[in-house]
Amino acid sequence: MIEAQALCKRFGTVDAANDVSFAARDGEITGLLGPNGAGKSTCLRMLYGVLTPDSGSARINGIDIRGETSAARAHLGVLPHAAGLYHNLTARENIAYFGSLQGMGRVQLRRRTAELALALGMEDFIDRRVKGFSQGQRIKVALARALVHDPGNLVLDEPTNGLDVMAIRSLREMLHTLRAQGRCILFSSHVMQEVAVLCDRVVIIGHGRVLADGTPRVIRERSGAQTLEEAFLHVLGDAEGVS
Amino acid sequence: MRALLTVFAKEFLENLRDRRTLLSALLFGPLFGPILFGAMVSRMLNQSVVESDEPLQMTIAGSEHAPGLVRYLESQSVRLKFASLSERGAREAVRSGTAKVILVVPLEYGARLAAALPAPLLLVADSADSQTRKSADRARMLLGAYGSGIAQLRLQIRGVSPLLAVPVAVNEIDVATPTGRAVVVLGFMTYFVLFAVLMGGLYLAIDTTAGERERGSLEALLSLPVARGSLVGGKILATCTYMCLSLAISLTAFVFVFRFVPLERLGMSANLGVGTALAFFAICLPFVPLGAALMTFVASFTHSYREAQTYLTSVLLVPTLPIAFASIYSLKTNSSLMFIPSLSQHLLMTSVLKDEPVALFDVVASAGSSSVFALILITLTARHWRRETMLG
Repeated sequence: MIEAQALCKRFGTVDAANDVSFAARDGEITGLLGPNGAGKSTCLRMLYGVLTPDSGSARINGIDIRGETSAARAHLGVLPHAAGLYHNLTARENIAYFGSLQGMGRVQLRRRTAELALALGMEDFIDRRVKGFSQGQRIKVALARALVHDPGNLVLDEPTNGLDVMAIRSLREMLHTLRAQGRCILFSSHVMQEVAVLCDRVVIIGHGRVLADGTPRVIRERSGAQTLEEAFLHVLGDAEGVS
Repeated sequence: MRALLTVFAKEFLENLRDRRTLLSALLFGPLFGPILFGAMVSRMLNQSVVESDEPLQMTIAGSEHAPGLVRYLESQSVRLKFASLSERGAREAVRSGTAKVILVVPLEYGARLAAALPAPLLLVADSADSQTRKSADRARMLLGAYGSGIAQLRLQIRGVSPLLAVPVAVNEIDVATPTGRAVVVLGFMTYFVLFAVLMGGLYLAIDTTAGERERGSLEALLSLPVARGSLVGGKILATCTYMCLSLAISLTAFVFVFRFVPLERLGMSANLGVGTALAFFAICLPFVPLGAALMTFVASFTHSYREAQTYLTSVLLVPTLPIAFASIYSLKTNSSLMFIPSLSQHLLMTSVLKDEPVALFDVVASAGSSSVFALILITLTARHWRRETMLG
């Protein structure tokens, strides 16, 4: 369970987040949808605690990320916008590095890495150096790295950016599996189709504010649109009008 | 502490697999000094040794006017080359490099010598060329000796004691000890040692900060439940380890080079054995965390490898400043200078090299001040890493 409560953040004169509140529930995939520069990354960064909100709070499983950062992060896996790997380390070493920093022991790590390698289909390249990996292989390693400590919550910032069709497909499958395991998944995107296919709930963000929040069907109906894309443009258009 | 060691182990291993880091940290950086130094010193020594052993070569024009002089020069085993050149021809020949030193004997030489009037001789050489300057000096000395020989004979013939023409007798005493003289030559070696220390950590300081950002792995790292201080600590510790390795390699190479450089042929003894090398290592050790923290601190503000490289190249020059300053103002070793990092290491190493006694206070002051500066920089770096701007 990931909760944002009245999050506000200003950079100079720009309101990157203005009273952002929403919740992402366990066993659901929640999509944070918005055009470029809408404040999606800022919101996610406040949720995983690398940015401090000017006001408001963020909770992971009910634990405040600012108050008890380490405790909250123990329940949280993060795949940031730039999810770079260490090229001179093998896939296994990349995963082990993060696992070890999460406080995992050697035996526990070996078992967990084997699980992830099997689940994500990484057995062929788990002991190869990351240099020269395909995009699909990289995203798998990055995801495994975020999941190494078996967190109940997962935040992904534009995970499909720059991926080819095959990689996007396999990422989608992995997210479905994770949802089936009862995890809470929150991801951001500016690609409509992706959100429509993947998400149980959608939070539309524009100009740092939440413009709509609900299941794709509810959002469609509320704005009287046929498709989610139309609804999205409709909601954004209203926001343009008021601002 | 566990997180710090995890970060350390990962950075150490990752850079061990990076060819660029290995070449610069453990090969070019530490060996640059010793090799350049060995080559320069042995060339310098060979030249001066060879020159004083070899017979002087001189071209002489108009030798038929001065048979006595020719006999004298030949008796002093000067290798004479006879040519017929005018004054202008001689200038041209020296300028174009076909002859180094030319002695021109004018037509009136014989007549004036016979008349006991100053007999003109023309010595043509190029003083801008350090090689020929030495040959010209030797030629001048020989000609002077020839002249004073004739003067003494003239006085004796006239019944005057030649001693009257020698009012003072100057004896020179050069107090430079062989080791002391070597130190002048070896003075800049200490900079090479400090350079090797910094080069050892240069690429790690970049890779663990700007590299992390450029690869896009920084944000994932910062979102882990690990104190930023532990991240910075582990990274700086890995950088320190490579710097120590580089220092050890450099000192080993210096010991090796000093075995082969023929310093003793110039009456110099260089005191760089294993013991001195160990003392150097101990003296430089407190400088290691300072250099690592300084480079990591600077690189933490940069966004790419290239940018970091630009800034850190100037950081490499920072330790030269106090050393250069001290030599311009020819500061003598004193205890207050021991609080200045890099300069204190330079002074202590020089003292060890000269076989001078080293005060315990100086060693403690040098190590202590460097450590305090290092601690300040590490704290500043950790504080910067806690800022939001670190995300870039």
